[in-house]
Amino acid sequence: MPDWFIRFPSEINVDITGPIDRAIDYMVRQWDPFFDGITKILRSFLNGIEYIVDRIPWWLLIVLVFIVTWRVSKKIGKSILYSLLLFLIGAMGLWPMMNITLTLIIASVIISILIGFPAGIIASSSERFNSILRPLLDTMQTMPSFVYLIPSVMLLGLGKVPAVIATTVYAIPPLIRLTSHGIRQVDKEVVEAATAFGSTKWQSLIKVKIPQAMPTIMTGVNQTIMMAISMVVTCSMIGVTGLGQEVIHSINKLEAGRGFAAGISIVIIAIIIDRLTQGIVKKGESRIEE
Amino acid sequence: MKNNTILEVKNLSKLFGKNKKAALEMAKGGSNKVEIEKKLGVTVAVNDVSFKVERGKFFVLIGLSGSGKSTVVRCLNLLQKPTSGDILFEGRSILDFNKKELLDYRRTKVAMVFQSFGLMSHRNVLENVAYGLEIRGIKKDERESEARELINMVGLEGWEEKSISQLSGGMRQRVGIARALANDPDILLMDEPFSALDPLVRQDMQFELLSLQKKLNKTIVFITHDINEAFKLGDRVAIMNEGKIIQIDTPENMAANPANEYVESFISSADKGQIYSVKHIMQTPLCMLQPKDGANRALKLMRDNGVSSAYVVGEKLELIGILTLEDAIKVKKGEMSLNNAIIREILTTKEDTLISDLLSVAATAKYPIAVIDNENHLKGIVSKAAVISSLV
Ligand SMILES: Nc1ncnc2c1ncn2[C@@H]1O[C@H](COP(=O)(O)OP(=O)(O)OP(=O)(O)O)[C@@H](O)[C@H]1O
Ligand SMILES: [Mg+2]
Repeated sequence: MPDWFIRFPSEINVDITGPIDRAIDYMVRQWDPFFDGITKILRSFLNGIEYIVDRIPWWLLIVLVFIVTWRVSKKIGKSILYSLLLFLIGAMGLWPMMNITLTLIIASVIISILIGFPAGIIASSSERFNSILRPLLDTMQTMPSFVYLIPSVMLLGLGKVPAVIATTVYAIPPLIRLTSHGIRQVDKEVVEAATAFGSTKWQSLIKVKIPQAMPTIMTGVNQTIMMAISMVVTCSMIGVTGLGQEVIHSINKLEAGRGFAAGISIVIIAIIIDRLTQGIVKKGESRIEE
Repeated sequence: MKNNTILEVKNLSKLFGKNKKAALEMAKGGSNKVEIEKKLGVTVAVNDVSFKVERGKFFVLIGLSGSGKSTVVRCLNLLQKPTSGDILFEGRSILDFNKKELLDYRRTKVAMVFQSFGLMSHRNVLENVAYGLEIRGIKKDERESEARELINMVGLEGWEEKSISQLSGGMRQRVGIARALANDPDILLMDEPFSALDPLVRQDMQFELLSLQKKLNKTIVFITHDINEAFKLGDRVAIMNEGKIIQIDTPENMAANPANEYVESFISSADKGQIYSVKHIMQTPLCMLQPKDGANRALKLMRDNGVSSAYVVGEKLELIGILTLEDAIKVKKGEMSLNNAIIREILTTKEDTLISDLLSVAATAKYPIAVIDNENHLKGIVSKAAVISSLV
């Protein structure tokens, strides 16, 4: 039996690494002003968010979490628990780190919504756009997240800006998908009623489809936030400070305790945001559904 | 005579599928729906349909499921675009409307009521009814006062701020009707609006729709697959089968001269409530008393027959009233006189009353309904159970 029958013949060699490298090289050189511009815009956007996040008094945030939890769940135990957990982050000395991480998450989620929401709406009405988008989203979601870091870094340098871009790319798919899905699955008769009463396309979108799809869209927002949080540690590999960096440092120095403290803080943030957004989704659902 | 046609449908066809042209040829050549579907994969939903609707009249489309009723009606406001043929509103082809004219037509001339209501669950009752006015840009207080008026008209006052999920099926369709009336349209298109409602609610709604139509003088195009509903409501009824109209006529003419077996079988499927009258289901009263019998005998009779009330009749069986078991006991104890104990305001009916007309009465009846003749003689009784079980 010839050797090539079992082993993949090394003579067959399709090289895609070269072209990709060259393409990115080309982009770095040719589109430099463009990326510079993006970097500037994103940096001031990030600074703005950071400015706000840094100026929220710690106790106010805890009180806010308490109130929102109460309004969403109507359970006093939960409200106390979440407030205490948040307090714990501060008590472990990680509050400033958390602020940095929150800034990154908030920025990515806002950009995801700004892009993902309209994209989802277009995908819901255009079969063609949808068929281009779907494989793209599949790729974005299944590609190991730090693969995005490499081109981001090459194009935009180290730091928060490429991190925000990489996080957005990784976190945006569920929002687009669920926005599109939510709008498509609005009761056909209801949409038809809107048309029959003489709504323009725009009116039936704004007044009927989007409100009806809101619970599904909010589920998408929730998932996007969760994915953004899960990118935190990965992003610290390109020099983003914050909770993720704490984890990386403690791995390098084999400090289990410090790693756990940072890890737990990330989990706490994730849990609080997840439960609160889900609570909001549920409230919306009970209003929409019959 | 003045031309009073508000809507005219001319040779309307609607096909679903790819190869419409060839299918249309086949249909013109006389091939039927199944053949065309098999050969070309094209569904001929509506096949060369023509009819006129007079202003202020109630026009009913009836047919089996899949016969193309909805498609016809959905062409009337261009939710579906006809494959061929023409539709004239007040003499003008709606197919020639530009975008703005079409919006205006939908906003002010035709309104639609849907089988599963098509209400917007994120809006409350008031906001749903005001929807049509809202998209026309009418100011909030103006559209809301208009909507409130309509909500009152359909009997939902007090429910304005409620969410749709809190409403029963019948109430939801009232909202649907109020919403459709909000723009004061000339024509109401109603696609099986009452099919999702249970029979008693349905009866009420039919009745109310008729009185609304008379009051507001609307033209109605109404779909149903229930021949009773069609005959009850329609000034004219069109029967459809496989995309074609088989016969258009007044209910009376259609019942008297059905065009073919299909129509005949449809008419004979009319529910039993329309065929059977009280005499088919009435029973002989088990327990009859005369005033002179006295309380003791009344109690014994009721006990022997296992009933909790007895009819009181005179010498010649003329109906006097009902005596209940409780009252008979009171009479026996001396707490009231027999004469006072007899309930004289009781429901009565005649032998030839249609059961369908008895339904709403029977639903609220406390005692069996007495059947009497013109001389007020008790002929029998009809229990609530007998009325309802005769319909199934
Ligand atoms: N959008 C569509 N695409 C393809 N075929 C359709 C479409 N709408 C209707 N049809 C077909 O057209 C035919 C007529 O449908 P239509 O809904 O008008 O019937 P109907 O008389 O209203 O029936 P029902 O009593 O079930 O509502 C059916 O064979 C149906 O499958
Ligand atoms: Mg139908």
